Amino acid sequence: MAEPGFALEKVAFAYGDKTVLDDLSLDLAPGRFYGLVGPNGCGKSTLLDLLMGNQKPAAGTVCYAGRPLADYHRRELARHLALVPQDFTIHFAFTVLEVVLMGRHPYLPRFGAASAEDLAIAEQAMAAIGIEDFKDRYVTELSGGEKQRVVVARALAQATPVLMLDEATSNLDIGHTMEIFNVARDRVRNQGDTVIAVIHNLNLATAYCDEIIFMKAGKITASGPTTETMTPDNIAQVFGVESRVRVDEFSKSLQVSFKYGG
Amino acid sequence: MQATTTRHNPRIITLGALLLLALGAMIITSTGMGFIEISPAEVIKVIISRITGDPGLVAGLDPVFSFVIMDVRLPRILTAAIVGSGLSICGVLFQGILLNPLADPYTLGISSGAAFGASLALIANLTLFGIYSVPLFAFIGALATLIVVLYLSSFDGQMSANTLILSGVIVGAILAAGISFMKYLADEQVAMIIYWLMGSFASKTWTDVAVSLGAVLGGLGVAVFYGRDLNIMSLGGRASNSLGVETARVRKILLITGSLVAAVCVSVSGIIGFIGLIVPHLMRFLIGPDNRNLALVAALAGGLLLLVADTVTRAVLPTEVPIGVLTALIGGPFFCYIFRRRQQGAIHG
Repeated sequence: MAEPGFALEKVAFAYGDKTVLDDLSLDLAPGRFYGLVGPNGCGKSTLLDLLMGNQKPAAGTVCYAGRPLADYHRRELARHLALVPQDFTIHFAFTVLEVVLMGRHPYLPRFGAASAEDLAIAEQAMAAIGIEDFKDRYVTELSGGEKQRVVVARALAQATPVLMLDEATSNLDIGHTMEIFNVARDRVRNQGDTVIAVIHNLNLATAYCDEIIFMKAGKITASGPTTETMTPDNIAQVFGVESRVRVDEFSKSLQVSFKYGG
Repeated sequence: MQATTTRHNPRIITLGALLLLALGAMIITSTGMGFIEISPAEVIKVIISRITGDPGLVAGLDPVFSFVIMDVRLPRILTAAIVGSGLSICGVLFQGILLNPLADPYTLGISSGAAFGASLALIANLTLFGIYSVPLFAFIGALATLIVVLYLSSFDGQMSANTLILSGVIVGAILAAGISFMKYLADEQVAMIIYWLMGSFASKTWTDVAVSLGAVLGGLGVAVFYGRDLNIMSLGGRASNSLGVETARVRKILLITGSLVAAVCVSVSGIIGFIGLIVPHLMRFLIGPDNRNLALVAALAGGLLLLVADTVTRAVLPTEVPIGVLTALIGGPFFCYIFRRRQQGAIHG
């Protein structure tokens, strides 16, 4: 098998007449933590959908591990790629454990029940995210942030080499945000997994990501190692704000500060 | 497995067994009820003697009993139970697909289409297919409506729950106007149209039993087969796709299955509301939202409930109240109660 990374070649995508992505080419190597940043509506979520095989490109190809995504069965793909979507509404009163166990769906035969091993994996995922205490509660009773953590645990239980996070921490406080990003980073470091995350908070992106992909209006404006791409110029080009980027002693990472009220 | 993953399992089995028992008992009891009272033991004897062909069992019994049980009451009773099951399974499917607890078998306008077809057959006095003319036209009407609604709500191979519901409402409204107009035009047939619209199990035959049983068993099979996919679809389309569910395909299969079962039920019995709305709710409250169990338990409960309602109107009330009116009169207030409790956060349906 070829390297389990992604290769996008001249990919285009449109919703009806509205072009969302245009002539986009990109290689994503395995074992890296990628951050997708860019203004609202620039096509970040659509790019994740294309990488997930949720949408088919209008032109160009998306390959995973050397094979076009269109060649995979959805079930097979679900053993390789997991997604934490932006929308984490769960419409019926399943328990937290039941939802996390849904992450094992791609491994279960149609009429088979979850095995002890599936259960152990689900328990592990819940423990990693710190939600094991409310595994028997109904998801419909949880707060927005709690639900979001359940959905992350569900994606972890999928045990895939690639994890995609679409603003997976938008409703979370800094403590829980870091909890999730730490888990993701550990998987990149210890298991060689790949994480592709849409992140709005540039400092969070800088602290965790190996590489940053800047997007604007359906195009990639810059991509590469965080230390090279997280520059005031790139930030100004994409977001139109003034900033300064420097090494922060305390966080031991590059940090961005902005000129406010300007 | 630990108790948590199977949180309701003992409960589901108990409930399922109780419902099955109650349904069986209700079928026997209700067969004995009516103008001619027949004891349960005699009912069982007659049925077994008919199945085994052993005339010794019914020696000494009034031969009229056999006719009343096998040719008059049982077809009606079984049809009522089967239609109740079918409507409840449809309710489970539609609520699950449309992610809307207010969805019922008629959300996509199936009932209006069937009513339109039936009214047309009644007003034009179409007797092409004998006594099956009206049901057949009702079925064609329901099917045509389904096709129009699916066409209206499909875009790029996707169907969103909102456009489906909206299309159903619009098409239903147009058909309702058509039905009103036909009632306005009709002379003596207007009573028949109104009677049909309110639903009835009177004078059902073994053919009705066979047709509805086939459709309902098929629907139940499909519902259980795709039950786990439907569970996962409650996480939303992006999540369910990423978990390996062919969301668009499964949704279409389940929509068409549910609509076909609903169409058969409506053609056989006329429009019977609230069963398909309330039973899934009630069962979800009792055993949780897992659609695999829900479809099975709702099928049993729906059959029992509609059979009880039909028995009340047939054998208990002094005059026969149309079954659709009865279910709405009992079901409506009950639904208000559930709805109120839900708003107060007491029920997690």
